[in-house]
Amino acid sequence: MCGIVGLFLKDAALEREFGALFAGMLGVLSDRGPDSAGFAIYGRGELDAVKLTIRPPRGTDLAALARALEPAAGGVVEARRRGSHAVLVVPATREQAVLAALAARTPPVALVSRGRRMEVYKEVGRPTEVTESFGLERMAGSHGIGHTRMATESAVTTEGAHPFSTGRDQCLVHNGSLSNHNAVRRELRRAGIAFETENDTEVAAGYLSWRMGQGASLAEALQGAVGDLDGFYTFVVGTESGFGVLRDPIACKPAVMAETDRYVAFGTEYRALAALPGIEAARVWEPEPGRVYLWERAA
Amino acid sequence: MNGTASPHLVDLSASPTRALNQALHALGPDTNETLWRVVRPDGRHAIAVGIDAPITVEIDGHVGYYCAGMNKRARVIVNGNAGPGVAENMMSGTVHVRGDASQAAGATGRGGLLLIDGNASARCGISMKGIDIVVKGGVGHMSAFMAQAGTLIVLGDAGESLGDSVYEARLYVRGAVASLGADCVAKTMSDHHRAKLRARLDAAGISGVDVGEFRRYGSARRLYHFHVDNALAY
Repeated sequence: MCGIVGLFLKDAALEREFGALFAGMLGVLSDRGPDSAGFAIYGRGELDAVKLTIRPPRGTDLAALARALEPAAGGVVEARRRGSHAVLVVPATREQAVLAALAARTPPVALVSRGRRMEVYKEVGRPTEVTESFGLERMAGSHGIGHTRMATESAVTTEGAHPFSTGRDQCLVHNGSLSNHNAVRRELRRAGIAFETENDTEVAAGYLSWRMGQGASLAEALQGAVGDLDGFYTFVVGTESGFGVLRDPIACKPAVMAETDRYVAFGTEYRALAALPGIEAARVWEPEPGRVYLWERAA
Repeated sequence: MNGTASPHLVDLSASPTRALNQALHALGPDTNETLWRVVRPDGRHAIAVGIDAPITVEIDGHVGYYCAGMNKRARVIVNGNAGPGVAENMMSGTVHVRGDASQAAGATGRGGLLLIDGNASARCGISMKGIDIVVKGGVGHMSAFMAQAGTLIVLGDAGESLGDSVYEARLYVRGAVASLGADCVAKTMSDHHRAKLRARLDAAGISGVDVGEFRRYGSARRLYHFHVDNALAY
């Protein structure tokens, strides 16, 4: 099972409603993935700043943490709490220093994502409760991807929830199960890619980051996945400027897409798209197996 | 009394699918409640499954999984797209999808007619056992996999591995076939086959199509029996 959704707005007038639309899409797919849920949302970014989404240990004084990071950040650190997560905004030139300072803390502060525009939130629990705990309904954004999980390949933990991010402004959600993830993980570790879980989807995210790190475009990296990743998958990938969709060549997992003048939407089932504005007149179709679909906006 | 002139209107955003299906199951063979209109399906699953009555159910919008499954005698019309497994294991009657159908349309169907105005995706007619399926667009890969009986007619193209391990189902494709599956071969079209195809297109209300443009595919029957050359494998 599992459910995945993606929403990419073409009409900027919808950006303020993004969170409400997206929370609705995820909530509908609760019964496909009641274990845990997560989403990546791409909001406005500042050119010279980077957003670090972190999961501080329970009971952490966020203001004190932000103050403690000031030397590494070279100034005041803006910190916003969102449920069990928090977003730190730091100068892009100080990103590595702040990451090192976070890693050096005891107990360690888990890094969920980093990006100019992307924030990633994920947690164990019913999807409707998870999105509510983070306040997704009130968030604005230009695009996002999300996931409701019914675990098969690894434990039901916050770390095992999707999306998986292994690169700046890059993340991935997955419906399916990979059969060669252990072998691919070993190869990628030798190539210098770090993994935090035994999860199969994290391997797919690491694979795409590795290919793009070698100079491949997102489309080329996804095309490479068709040959190198074995198993069942529908992937939805988020980047700073858009999102991509890929289904395995035998189309084991369901997928449906809709497009209007105002948005492009992806859902594991049409039910997830049924409440979007103007859906009655949308072009609705099933993406073809083994074919890479990409939507990009001017960055 | 509800006569045939004014159809029952069921709004699925206001009442559960189960209540609709139970009402349809309660209909007797001589019911005069023969017209049902379903609105706001919004991709819900298992709409109008298991009907056994000579009625018409028209659904306005896209439906989810297994719409009109196990249908007997009813005419079910979907004014939209259908999710996986539409008309699965249909016994008789007609299911008409005016948009596209997802995977496994008409799977294991034993009788009746499934008409799809748009495209059907992968595994259309998988393990069909007597149903007639007519697709005006194309069908995806592995269509008619292990198809045992019945007819699959495709006016557009067919994806990879058409008719893999097919038994005695008859496959007619007007467009290109990406590849044939194991033991599926092109067969000659005789006048007998053209007449059968014409009759089925007529039954589906399709005119203006030249049956001479179709090619026929079916089983080479090489997988039916144990081959003695394989005896040494045991």
